[in-house]
Amino acid sequence: MKYIDEFRDGRVAKGIAAAIRAEAEPDRGYRLMEFCGGHTHAISRYGLSDLLPQNLRMIHGPGCPVCVLPIGRIDNAIELATTHRAILCTYGDTLRVPASQGLSLMKAKARGADIRMVYSSADCLKIAKENPAREVVFFAIGFETTTPPTAIAIKQAEALGLANFSVFCNHVLTPSAIQNILESPQVRELGTVPLDGFIGPAHVSTVIGSRPYEFFAEEYQKPVVIAGFEPLDVMQAILMLVRQLNQGRCEVENEFSRAVTREGNEKAKALVAEVFELRRSFEWRGLGEVPYSGLRIKERYRQFDAEARFGISYRRVDDNKACECGAILRGVKQPRDCKLFGTVCTPENPMGSCMVSSEGACAAHYTYGRYKEVA
Amino acid sequence: MGEVKRGYVRPVDFRHGRVDMSHGSGGRAMAQLIEELFLAAFDNEWLRQMNDQACFAVTTGRMVMATDSHVVSPLFFPGGDIGCLSVHGTINDVAMSGARPLYLSASFILEEGFPLADLKRIVQSMADAAMGAGVPVITGDTKVVESGKGDGVFITTTGVGVVPDGIEISGDRAQPGDAILVSGNLGDHGVAIMSQRENLSFATAVQSDTAALHGLVAHMLAAVTDIHCLRDPTRGGLATTLNEIARQSGVGMRLREAALPVRPEVEAACEFLGLDPLYVANEGKLVAICPREQAQALLAAMRAHPLGMNAAVIGEVVEDPRHFVQMETRFGGNRMVDWLSGEQLPRIC
Repeated sequence: MKYIDEFRDGRVAKGIAAAIRAEAEPDRGYRLMEFCGGHTHAISRYGLSDLLPQNLRMIHGPGCPVCVLPIGRIDNAIELATTHRAILCTYGDTLRVPASQGLSLMKAKARGADIRMVYSSADCLKIAKENPAREVVFFAIGFETTTPPTAIAIKQAEALGLANFSVFCNHVLTPSAIQNILESPQVRELGTVPLDGFIGPAHVSTVIGSRPYEFFAEEYQKPVVIAGFEPLDVMQAILMLVRQLNQGRCEVENEFSRAVTREGNEKAKALVAEVFELRRSFEWRGLGEVPYSGLRIKERYRQFDAEARFGISYRRVDDNKACECGAILRGVKQPRDCKLFGTVCTPENPMGSCMVSSEGACAAHYTYGRYKEVA
Repeated sequence: MGEVKRGYVRPVDFRHGRVDMSHGSGGRAMAQLIEELFLAAFDNEWLRQMNDQACFAVTTGRMVMATDSHVVSPLFFPGGDIGCLSVHGTINDVAMSGARPLYLSASFILEEGFPLADLKRIVQSMADAAMGAGVPVITGDTKVVESGKGDGVFITTTGVGVVPDGIEISGDRAQPGDAILVSGNLGDHGVAIMSQRENLSFATAVQSDTAALHGLVAHMLAAVTDIHCLRDPTRGGLATTLNEIARQSGVGMRLREAALPVRPEVEAACEFLGLDPLYVANEGKLVAICPREQAQALLAAMRAHPLGMNAAVIGEVVEDPRHFVQMETRFGGNRMVDWLSGEQLPRIC
């Protein structure tokens, strides 16, 4: 396939792998975090870790939008579809995220709630137009990549006078999460999670640009290489990080220059700024409350805010005590360190959110990498 | 005394009419629908007897029987419809034992309000498929459910067939060292169906691969009698089928991604939907497992048949007490090809 095969060429990959092996200094470790679930997926799907030297370890970060949704927000979404009898429109991979009382959106649907999978926010507007007598709520989740389409949906709903449409906003911000990880005591002080560098987000960076990462590189002295989601992008980014570390540089480099600029997508950023504003704090699964890390709908568009319209109040729900999703999302533990992994927690019956989306660290390891474990 | 004049009966209105509850009531309306639609389309000596069952002579040897319910949405899709699908699906289940399919039954659950024109189109498509495959529909049933309690039409078909002597095909016969073959391009049916889904519709030239495979199977068995396993990778795709066989046979498998035949259009559709062609449904493909020494002969036989032109050897059976299916990626790394978990859901990023 044109424009795809070029980035999945096995021979080129072997060349880059050889360069990484040759340049990685044998007497030191390289611990690199890929922030995005898209990178996690590519690494597992193409078996990239088989091509890397022993002393280079990839740590899966919290950049899976489904994985970081806390239980309480899923409970709220179910409440919208059951108590308030709204048509709840959701992206596909949110359907199986576990909620309280053994529920999930999929299980609530089986019990009669009107929950519909959509591929874009535009689908929700269509559903709202077709069901004028029903309340239609878009369960908006995701990082900076999915935020602009939600903003567009709200503006279009206003233009169309769709009074039965609203948005349950759960959009979160990438830089706040990275900062939270870098500030966590394990990373900053105790050194239990040595993190040497980051592979920066692909699609998120097309919107926000490369500039926001400059702060991390400088303040925390960690190199960042922004990379595309294709396997060769990831390999190339790893090589670039190895070179920066070897040379003692801490810079933001852009491997994904075919799509990412320093300033990002100005139009998309302006649109988001027009419709959304920062929340003082937002709970992330695994990271807990992270200050100024989530967005809410501005007063000007309050009529489309499902939280205001239905009086939704947030109640924090703790994860299963044995679930290690939190530590895994912070890079403190690996999936196989969790007692639940592969036993009571499987993709069929996920206990923690990392097992839900194929971008989640646990699901990716379970689905693609389990063969590496001793029988 | 003259002949009793047969009263005029208004023919079923196949242009504007709709299914109503009387079509399933057992009364005149039902009898008329059976006569004018089902009997007319499937016409054969067994149906013409108008009994509640079909009576046929049995041969010696081993018989196989398979049943399959069809609930596809949309009912009409590029390359086929629920009608021909329901014939091919059951013929293929019978054929995957190496059997020659003999007869089919067909059972319809119709939803009140379903357009008779659509029903006629579906039944005609079934009749054409049965005729084309040489496997007649010899008995059937019709029920009608109230509006809202069905999805237009559900069709269940059952098939019987006879396994020739000396053929021993079963999912538990895969042995380490065996070769794994597929008969052609993967994922066509699933992508054709998805392209028509209401909230997704995208333009694609991909057609469903729905086809009856018993001819291909007979052709393969003529070349290689010692085929160990045959299965058609329908729902859940190739990945699910191989995991089933690995578990049944107590073995592992190793695939080569570069050897998998996938149409570029299907690869592209899967790419933007975030799906994996290994898990997308097929309706006219089969997986064959045979001793390594016979693999080239079997491959040549498959490629010589119109339904196996793009056949390929995609991997081998290995020893593995964990029954894992693994794949060497095009990239040179390794990954598991696991069971499908739940439904394949599009990824967000």
